[in-house]
Amino acid sequence: MSDALMQASGLTLRFGAVAALDDVALEIHPGEVVAIVGESGSGKTTLLRVLAGMMAPASGQVLYAGEDVHAMGESARRRLMRSEWGFVHQNPRDGLRLRVSAGGNVGERLMAAGARHYGGIRAEAIEWLKRVEIDPARIDDMPEKFSGGMQQRLQIARTLVTQPKLVFMDEPTGGLDVSVQAKLLDLIRALVAELGLAVLIVTHDIAAARLLAHRILVMRRGQVVEQGLVDRVLDDPQHPYTQLLVSSVLAA
Amino acid sequence: MIEAGYNFGYLDENTKRMIRRALLKAVALPGFQVPFGSREMPLPYGWGTGGIQVTASVLGPDDTLKVIDQGADDTTNAVSIRRFFGRVAGVATTEKTEEATVIQTRHRVPEAPLQEGQILVYQVPMPEPLFRLEPRVAETKRMHALADYGLMHVKLYEDIARHGAVTTSYNYPVLVNGRYLMSPSPIPAFDNPKLHRMAALQLFGAGREKRIYAVPPYTDVRSLDFEDHPFVPVRADAACVICGSRSSYLDELIVDDTGKRAFVCSDTDYCASRPPLEEEAA
Repeated sequence: MSDALMQASGLTLRFGAVAALDDVALEIHPGEVVAIVGESGSGKTTLLRVLAGMMAPASGQVLYAGEDVHAMGESARRRLMRSEWGFVHQNPRDGLRLRVSAGGNVGERLMAAGARHYGGIRAEAIEWLKRVEIDPARIDDMPEKFSGGMQQRLQIARTLVTQPKLVFMDEPTGGLDVSVQAKLLDLIRALVAELGLAVLIVTHDIAAARLLAHRILVMRRGQVVEQGLVDRVLDDPQHPYTQLLVSSVLAA
Repeated sequence: MIEAGYNFGYLDENTKRMIRRALLKAVALPGFQVPFGSREMPLPYGWGTGGIQVTASVLGPDDTLKVIDQGADDTTNAVSIRRFFGRVAGVATTEKTEEATVIQTRHRVPEAPLQEGQILVYQVPMPEPLFRLEPRVAETKRMHALADYGLMHVKLYEDIARHGAVTTSYNYPVLVNGRYLMSPSPIPAFDNPKLHRMAALQLFGAGREKRIYAVPPYTDVRSLDFEDHPFVPVRADAACVICGSRSSYLDELIVDDTGKRAFVCSDTDYCASRPPLEEEAA
């Protein structure tokens, strides 16, 4: 019926009295960037974790390439997670091994996927450090010694090295200062276009969403209150909550 | 003669059965760590409580036992465990590798090739090969279950990136039967190739960690490596000062107050079985 890469329908999950997800449906097509925006506690991150198979919904299903993500078993899910999927955490410390050199961090996914040629792994790591604008001379340095922006770029390199089809990003620019944010957004945009990635990005930064995404979903109290093309939603918000959200953006 | 008041092999029969069940499971799943109800033994942890329980469970009255500690038959650990089984099982003991049916070892594989019908029992301090890389036991179990061993290669990658070569010289991780990652116990990496398709049954016991694992005869045991940095068994580039061997694994000794060094075979039985060097040649 459709060529969607990932399809979710009827997702519901409650934490006690709080509805984190209330009948959420979503589709992502190959090469498409979808942003999920909304205030803290609106269920954005929960939605991302459910879609990535890290958390099971109370009801509803998530299909990836026609397969039910939550029914496929952990080993299949892990295989997806280290080959066709990628996850970029808000805090790079969650996604990196801080006591392993930058090269080792980038190489880990390659080695998990079966690469056994040291020279080849290293060449690939150098290539990716260049692509995310980290000096290749720092390949043997520990990520602990890197700045926050560099750590985040390293995490992106580590995630993209196996050429995934679908990348989940949880507030990738959170906690960075604005100039570093701008550079990182620019980098993500370039890589996404170049590699034809499908990206699901969670953010509370409306401007970042406009810059990166093709489509946008606005969440509030676990429900998707509005969705559509980014410019349509942000320039002509229909739902009162979206109107409030758009009018709250600060202009410098 | 068994000393009065002891069951054959010290452990009671039910305990031996429990350990044998774990051993059968371990042999059926080469390299897989089987949990077992480790008993308190009359020696401290780290002295071979796991190995001694495995030995006690596989030993029969007709067996001949050899015990080695770092290759030597005459060190404290070897002597006391050998004497222990002499007293509580009354079995024959030997220092000759060829004569033994059961060999309990701490941190070495004998130089003489082992034969079908022999059993090699290793003492294992830490059975989990991933424990320095992943502190959560639940997570390492999951990694074993899913054969998710990329992390181990990250460690080797880091070694080469930092030192130009894999610097792990003992307890070098191996992949058993193409499936389970296994710690070969702290044997020197030099001994790793001997594990591969060995004719003898290899049993591993970790008393404190309460795990048993095994490598059945003629099973593939591969040391992890990279295509362009293949595994190299390391050996001191010297000859034994007693027997002149240039192929056995050597211990380095400081022999006088001025720091003079000498190398001798770590396997005392192998060394003694060779003709000694002529005086002038030494």
